[in-house]
Amino acid sequence: MTVSEIFAKLSAALPGRGLTLEEGAVEAVIRVPREALIETARRLRDESELNFDALMCLSGVDRAAELEAVYHLCSMKYRHRVTLRCVVSKDDPVIPSVCSIWPAADWHEREAWDLIGIRFAGHPDFRRILCPDDWEGHPLRKDYAVPTSYHGIPLTAQLPPENTP
Amino acid sequence: MGVLEGRYGPNVVITSIDKVFNWSRSRSMWPLSFGLACCAIEMMATAASRFDLDRFGIFMRPTPRQSDCMIVAGTVTAKMAERLKRLYEQMAEPRYVIAMGSCANSGGPYWEYGYHVVKGVDLVIPVDVYVPGCPPRPEALIDAFLKLREKIERESIARKTT
Amino acid sequence: MTEPRELNIPLGPLPSDVEDVHGERMILQMGPQHPATHGVLRIELETDGEMAVRAVPHIGYLHRCFEKVAENMQWPQIVPYTDRLDYLGSMNNALGYVLACEKLFGIEVSERVRAIRVLAAELNRVASHLVAVGTYGLDIGAWTPFLFLFQQREHILDLFDELSGSRLLYNYIWIGGLSHDLPDGWLKKVRDFLVYMQPKIPELNTLLTYNKIFLERTGKVAVLPAETAIQWGVTGPNLRGSGVKWDLRKIEPYSGYETYDFEIPTGTGEAGRVGDCFDRYVVRVREMEQSLRIVEQAVQRLERMPADDVRAAIPKTFSKVPVGEIYFRTEATKGELGFYAVSDGKSKPYRLKCRTPSFCSLSVLSKMSPGLLIADVVALVGSLDIVLGEVDR
Repeated sequence: MTVSEIFAKLSAALPGRGLTLEEGAVEAVIRVPREALIETARRLRDESELNFDALMCLSGVDRAAELEAVYHLCSMKYRHRVTLRCVVSKDDPVIPSVCSIWPAADWHEREAWDLIGIRFAGHPDFRRILCPDDWEGHPLRKDYAVPTSYHGIPLTAQLPPENTP
Repeated sequence: MGVLEGRYGPNVVITSIDKVFNWSRSRSMWPLSFGLACCAIEMMATAASRFDLDRFGIFMRPTPRQSDCMIVAGTVTAKMAERLKRLYEQMAEPRYVIAMGSCANSGGPYWEYGYHVVKGVDLVIPVDVYVPGCPPRPEALIDAFLKLREKIERESIARKTT
Repeated sequence: MTEPRELNIPLGPLPSDVEDVHGERMILQMGPQHPATHGVLRIELETDGEMAVRAVPHIGYLHRCFEKVAENMQWPQIVPYTDRLDYLGSMNNALGYVLACEKLFGIEVSERVRAIRVLAAELNRVASHLVAVGTYGLDIGAWTPFLFLFQQREHILDLFDELSGSRLLYNYIWIGGLSHDLPDGWLKKVRDFLVYMQPKIPELNTLLTYNKIFLERTGKVAVLPAETAIQWGVTGPNLRGSGVKWDLRKIEPYSGYETYDFEIPTGTGEAGRVGDCFDRYVVRVREMEQSLRIVEQAVQRLERMPADDVRAAIPKTFSKVPVGEIYFRTEATKGELGFYAVSDGKSKPYRLKCRTPSFCSLSVLSKMSPGLLIADVVALVGSLDIVLGEVDR
């Protein structure tokens, strides 16, 4: 099935929930509001003709005033793929967790929290995964200020002073 | 040895003892296998059949308590730096450190934009030999051990007069 | 969940004054510096005697900020950083990234470039599996296969040294082509290597694969059911070891893989249960054989192909590129390697996310470990074949 067919099926099943189809230059993306995310995800996994049983990738993207979570899904049976996008504002960056639907999301959501700062409500083990637990800030945000040291260890490059032979 | 070191000034007996101690220490260097990243693979390749470190008396130990030197092979990150320091402190003296690869020397390719990378292991522990390369060839690592030998041979247990 | 294995050790009668036979639960830290964790991985192991009740992996000790670096580097400058993700399979990482960029920018490469890329990627796959199998033997306690396989791997590294100038991290596959063409006489050396390697895999099978001790240590240990593997995002030899015939080189072919003749080995439960450690291991051994077949076919093609400019399709400048986003996945040595690239038209990516196979394979460790003996946890971690450079990026 193509993305437009999948979108048509989803819109028919979930009318008025705000799903939109964004045609990109290379790939089309289905935009899902966060209130409809869990239901959309469940339908994508359980409906017999959709059968998206594998979450390939979950990424967070920092877009100035908003944060996005992008879900790339794939069906092992039908071999079709779809991409979902869920956008939230930076003031209220909470998205429901899809761990109960695709357990693969567990670590991906922790990484999105760690690096971008999207909070996933209902995650079973919500904490940082890559940076240390007491790290401050979310490194992949565009306005991130790199810390100069961590626990006394300097983290900025020690360049030699100018005019050294 | 704790009993002899610094007790006597330089004399002919001490220089002979120095020769023996330095010779035995440098010819039987047991490194702690502290492979962090890609350089660890080249370190393993150096210890494997073709480049064979065992012929130099070098035998990888998994625990710091039994090792003489530490090869920091790979990138040191902020999360790892404290563990690295702890392992270094667990090694018994005399102990030496070889910083293998660009990341351990100065942060490597992540020197500019790596927020989580420590720009060189010498910000955490003192280093004796730096091996450039990304990753350094096994021959370069063997060269580092030979340079470390030269360094050890210059050591002395005599009391320092200056 | 795996059932505990039955140990046929006759236990005598217990002393009457022993109240709690199982003893206390201990929490051990396995790592981050540990001879058997394949890199800087910390596993928090809660044990009840010799049996692991819970094993939680903690990662991030090698987090080298790949994605932040990628946002600050121009598109072609990122290729050396992709090499350092899975440092054992650098050609495959670079290939995945480069194909994602080429699809996003609409660049087509010539057949010669495609054939050389397949050749390099498959040789790299053999080299990576040699390390995986050799170090797995080391984890189980077998020293000899490690030395034998590393010797064989040195021949592949010599080939790559002559091809790209480096033994391990190549920076050879570029966006739009390759950094340079094959050196003279290189294809003959690859042919000599294939002849040399021919008897080596049967030798490995005699040494390690069908060794009684190895079969006991890895057979029926840590079974990963196919359903669990798919739900947790496990791909590559780990998924194929559970019996699922899923290989992106056949499902979504790229770089001309659809024109090569090779098979997809899957786990068949030879040592007792489908999806045990032995199955994951034996899939890698069989994959090496198939990769050598592909290398032979690629060499045949390249010998008959006329010389070509491998840099012909490389864009003169990357300062203005098409806008868009793409998720492109390839079958890297350890599984599905995906790059999600977002371009806003500038010379540097807006966002580059790398979905690595080891990240997902490792996440299933906490699900599979309850009920395993500590030595079996080591066997499990070795059979998943993770590379921390890939997990932490």
